[in-house]
Amino acid sequence: MKKEMICIVCPMGCHLEVNKQGEEYTVEGNKCKRGQEYAVKELTAPTRVVTTTVKIKNGNLNRLPVKTKEAIPKDKIFECMKLIDSIEVTAPIHVGDVIIKDILGTGVDLVAARDM
Amino acid sequence: MLKYDVVVIGGGPAGLAAAIEAKENGVDSILVIERDRELGGILQQCIHNGFGLHIFKEELTGPEYAQRFIHKLKDMNIEYKLDTMVLDVNEEKIIHVINEKDGLMVLQGKAIVLAMGCRERTRGAVNIGGTRPAGVFTAGTAQRFVNMEGYMVGKKVVILGSGDIGLIMARRLTLEGAEVLAVAELMPYSGGLTRNIVQCLDDYNIPLLLSHTVIDIKGKDRVEEVVIAKVDEKRRPIPGTEKNFECDTLLLSVGLIPENELSKNAGIKIDPITSGPIVNEAMETNIEGIFACGNVVHVHDLVDFVTGESKRAGKNAAKYIKNQLKKQGKIIDTNPGQGIRYIVPHEIRLENIEEKLDLFMRVDGVYKNMDMVVSIGNKEIKRIKKKHLAPGEMESITLSKSDLSQDGVLTISLKKEEL
Repeated sequence: MKKEMICIVCPMGCHLEVNKQGEEYTVEGNKCKRGQEYAVKELTAPTRVVTTTVKIKNGNLNRLPVKTKEAIPKDKIFECMKLIDSIEVTAPIHVGDVIIKDILGTGVDLVAARDM
Repeated sequence: MLKYDVVVIGGGPAGLAAAIEAKENGVDSILVIERDRELGGILQQCIHNGFGLHIFKEELTGPEYAQRFIHKLKDMNIEYKLDTMVLDVNEEKIIHVINEKDGLMVLQGKAIVLAMGCRERTRGAVNIGGTRPAGVFTAGTAQRFVNMEGYMVGKKVVILGSGDIGLIMARRLTLEGAEVLAVAELMPYSGGLTRNIVQCLDDYNIPLLLSHTVIDIKGKDRVEEVVIAKVDEKRRPIPGTEKNFECDTLLLSVGLIPENELSKNAGIKIDPITSGPIVNEAMETNIEGIFACGNVVHVHDLVDFVTGESKRAGKNAAKYIKNQLKKQGKIIDTNPGQGIRYIVPHEIRLENIEEKLDLFMRVDGVYKNMDMVVSIGNKEIKRIKKKHLAPGEMESITLSKSDLSQDGVLTISLKKEEL
């Protein structure tokens, strides 16, 4: 099996060519080793980092940007958004503060992306 | 008149990096002027990740990237003014500034760094016909509403333009519950990073209509429908290909323009291709001691490149006020050759190159398997193989001081790969 894909690990956007022979994957076109990992993961268990906002009280803005600290399974994105929509935090918040611990049992925390 | 060694106009990534670098190079009297209510510029609304891979070796969101520089600026006690508008800059480096607290102020900098960034092209710039209902936004405005102010812009959305902001907003609005019907792109290729097409459109099954444009907007009070048509090679709509999309919102991601009203008024020469100042290796404009960096010079796609370029401007502003910037010696002009739209910087004073110099450029179309060839005069000094080139992805080439020892004009051009 041969598959072409574009690496989304960084903005370089390497054009990858992945070959699967039995259970072995070979990746070509990647400029760094993270491309190799990405290609295999994308074909087996794709994940994405979710970046969004939560409501914030007493902040200088109405929304606080947040992100999942690591990538979470792609099929959990919308469920994750629904949960994030239901919460509200109160300023002051510091960048890196945990907003939701272990979101949806993924083992990944949702953290603040700025001070407010 | 208030006097500073370096005045930086703009507190986004370019201004922050330039100010910090000037301070690190021994300048104490620095002022950063920002018109928004906080520092960080457009990064504050770019809540998606992918920033900082080159500089921090990790993927940060825009606000996180900005936060690192803001913390550093504050730790270094660099003075800044928020909610402050620069009205005028002149060649004597006198700056007229206004805000609610101080009123009108007249400042002078021994050096000035222009870091005003860019702004979005609007409906007027692309001449879309139709009625003028609510619901037509530039993508960046919509981004600010959704990500900072907390207002959703619409429920059924069409996006014109596949630049990065358009792509990012397609995903963002989808995540927030809107339905994005299509992203239409006038050109036969996307103007955004390839990875954004994958993770913003493909991930959510949003169609990308290449060689298509919006030809009509319908609706009285609110957008009710937009009409999209296919275009021919000359980008003219093809009759009979019109398709109506029922929607309440149209986002425009149709290009960015460096914001150079202040520069032009000061008498700074502008490159008609980049719409930004013509600069030399020090990021200095044609007015001695006025530097420029970031999106005000040319629109970048990666903030790390903005930071790199701005550090160069900040460092050279420091050198300038210490009289260490050399004006004499050999000058090499740069010239975009076959396949290249522009090169920054436009001019290289060899005496000021310490070890190496980064050149930034964009290609004029989509190419596969080409060589980027750098030559000075008739001599080829560097050849880089490129598998894939697109106007949406800025290229850079690093030259060492010894590469530049030839005489003549430096030309970069694309040539068919030599096997």
